[in-house]
Amino acid sequence: MTLLLELAIGFLLVCVVLSMLFCTVRLLIGPSAQDRVLALDTLWMCCMLLALALGIRFGSDIYFDAALIIALLSFVSTIALAKFLMRGEIIE
Amino acid sequence: MNGVETLPAWAALVVALLLILGGCIILIGTLGLMRLSDFYQRIHGPAITITLGAGCVLIASMIYFTVLQSRLVIHELLISAFVLLTAPVVAMMIMRAAVYRDLRAGKPVWDRFQTKPAPSSKKHGDDKAQGL
Repeated sequence: MTLLLELAIGFLLVCVVLSMLFCTVRLLIGPSAQDRVLALDTLWMCCMLLALALGIRFGSDIYFDAALIIALLSFVSTIALAKFLMRGEIIE
Repeated sequence: MNGVETLPAWAALVVALLLILGGCIILIGTLGLMRLSDFYQRIHGPAITITLGAGCVLIASMIYFTVLQSRLVIHELLISAFVLLTAPVVAMMIMRAAVYRDLRAGKPVWDRFQTKPAPSSKKHGDDKAQGL
């Protein structure tokens, strides 16, 4: 059963890293700026999931705090970028 | 390198199934982000990544740490509540920015939401007033 769990965590890590690769492709080739912002937001979320998967892999609580910080920073930065796209300035 | 700790069989099975399901859903969502053809289709892809995929991984993490430490560990609920609260806000902000930018660039935005194509020549000012 430990082998099954290790295989499942390995599969999840591969999936998350592939997802980050796809997001990076969209971030590089995205035709418009909103595509790039969307890809960057998804990249933040994949990074949070990567931290959670590593937390399960190593059985440590520290990765949870990192995932929480990443989620908070993701929200703030994406809102700032979306405001900048809409108005051309962030604080009016 | 300390690996995965030993769990009871039922907990290991449930956690492994949730992790595999979450990995598949995450991969499908970002594949949609990469492969779909239009921005307004592309924004639907990451939605399942950050709701269903993150939900599966968070529930698996909760079960894993609860069984491992023999006490109730539910602080992953903080992340899941935060993500579920902020995902619609972020999607709405990016969507509004995209619609605003497309209208400002003169691209036809509202035609795709209507079943019949509107006469775009004289309705353009009204559409822009609706969008803002």
